[in-house]
Amino acid sequence: MPLSREQVRHVAQLARIALEPGDEEFYAEQLSGILEHIDRLQEVPTDDIPPTAQVVEVSNPLREDVPRPGLTQEEALANAPAAVNGFFRVPSIQEEA
Amino acid sequence: MSELTELTIAEATRLLRLHSISATELVTAHVEHIARVDPQVKAFLRFTPELYEQQAEEADRKLKREQGGVLTGIPIAIKDVLCVKGVETTAGSQILRGFKPPYTGTAVGRLFDEGAVMLGVTNCDEFAMGSSTENSGYFPTHNPWDLDRVPGGSSGGSAAAVAAGEAMIALGTDTGGSIRQPAAVCGVVGMKPTYGRVSRYGLIAFASSLDQIGPFARSVEDVALVLEAMAGHDPLDATSSDRPNDVRRDFDKGVKGMRLGLPREYFDVEGMEPGVNATVRAAIKALEEAGAEIVDVTLPHTDYGLAAYYIIAPAECSSNLARFDGVKYGLSVQDVDNITDMYMRTRRQGFGTEVRRRIMLGTYALSTGYYDAYYLKAQKVRTLIKRDFDDAFAKCDAIVSATSPVVAFPIGSRTEDPLSMYLCDVLTLGGNLAGLPGISVPCGMSQGLPVGLQVLAPQWREDVALRIARAYEVASGVKAEVASVA
Repeated sequence: MPLSREQVRHVAQLARIALEPGDEEFYAEQLSGILEHIDRLQEVPTDDIPPTAQVVEVSNPLREDVPRPGLTQEEALANAPAAVNGFFRVPSIQEEA
Repeated sequence: MSELTELTIAEATRLLRLHSISATELVTAHVEHIARVDPQVKAFLRFTPELYEQQAEEADRKLKREQGGVLTGIPIAIKDVLCVKGVETTAGSQILRGFKPPYTGTAVGRLFDEGAVMLGVTNCDEFAMGSSTENSGYFPTHNPWDLDRVPGGSSGGSAAAVAAGEAMIALGTDTGGSIRQPAAVCGVVGMKPTYGRVSRYGLIAFASSLDQIGPFARSVEDVALVLEAMAGHDPLDATSSDRPNDVRRDFDKGVKGMRLGLPREYFDVEGMEPGVNATVRAAIKALEEAGAEIVDVTLPHTDYGLAAYYIIAPAECSSNLARFDGVKYGLSVQDVDNITDMYMRTRRQGFGTEVRRRIMLGTYALSTGYYDAYYLKAQKVRTLIKRDFDDAFAKCDAIVSATSPVVAFPIGSRTEDPLSMYLCDVLTLGGNLAGLPGISVPCGMSQGLPVGLQVLAPQWREDVALRIARAYEVASGVKAEVASVA
């Protein structure tokens, strides 16, 4: 089914991707084209078929809960675009009261 | 010394152990060859001179003392999705420009432990999403056999580097065909192992239930050696298996008496070129003459594979790529009103078109009201696709087909229509959905361009896939050659 421009805006908000001029039309057209192909899945009868999320043979492997060295604070922050006093620095999350 | 850039691991190791050449000479020959051809091929995003000089010296010290591992002094190129401590690793994306990992991933680390010498980081489609390396956030790579054509993708830089003699071996990753398809269209050997055979620790994730790391080389034996060196359980990847590392078992036993399945659906896919079909059929004939029995099998849900894949892979990617938010690493748009604005503008600016398209598609498929119709449905079809392979492998030891339905296509010819690009993976992505090992070996030329033969084996039977590929190499005399770049 084709995607409306309103749906594109909703999905972009969920995906945290800003829309620039022309993006709404672009995604609506391109995603609708891909979904048209994907809609053939609905032809396949799957009522009694269990879903496959992964094909791994191991399940829930456990290891001894022993402390081991991890990254230092300096290493963890080495790639941070902005850091202050040993923290990642981000823009304000709440308006000031 | 251009012949030093055409050696296999076995040939190079012999010369190194005899002290006829040093590791430093071998690396220097590759670096000089890269300087000549890479301005045209553009396989590499960046080079690692400090690392290769130090690793080559270390290799020479070990060789002098008659020590060293199976890869001592062997020059390797690493795809830009595999973390190497202190080496800029960007997943082909502007959003990770400047990122220097604080650790080295397990697969690469194991090859370093065996003495491999890292030449540099190879180009790829951004976050490994693509089939032509045109989605790189930096520049496209060119096919060494015809510089106006793509090298395949997403591991196109690794395939092109090995095809052009710029590296003896390379690592790639395969989520829907991203090792096998570029190997095929660049005329080299490439292998995707069973899901769980090689640790994914240190791999920048695209679709975690499908991703696997694997090798490129110019012979089946070299691919087997590299795979053996990096395979095996890793406590840092809970999906890695502790099964015995037996990938080279019966390597040289030939195909006499083996049953090779031909799925009729794989010879009848949309867009299959007649030249590719004829070349692959001739290769299968050669295997039959070498003693294999050819049996017809069927994979009835093949027509739904692409659709299931393009729900599952984007869904997983939309989740995995949520971490790129401008806080911890990489690009961060700073001139913003609040944190949501920062996330949204950073991701719009940092991700390229294809990555944003797939995140949007995956987010939509997982969103309220559509989950059952898309994601759950695709997972059920994945079960049916896996059962198709189980049924086929009851009748045969391995499945053979073309790797790619087409030879390398001209740069720019498929970028406008995403679906035409996705169709390049129609013969390979089933192996990812079912977690199978698969290898592509060169099997001749069509329109002057390389064609690959794909061998898919049951889970954990890399030995079977390698044995058949090796038998084809011996029976046909077709060897991966170094393309001469003008």
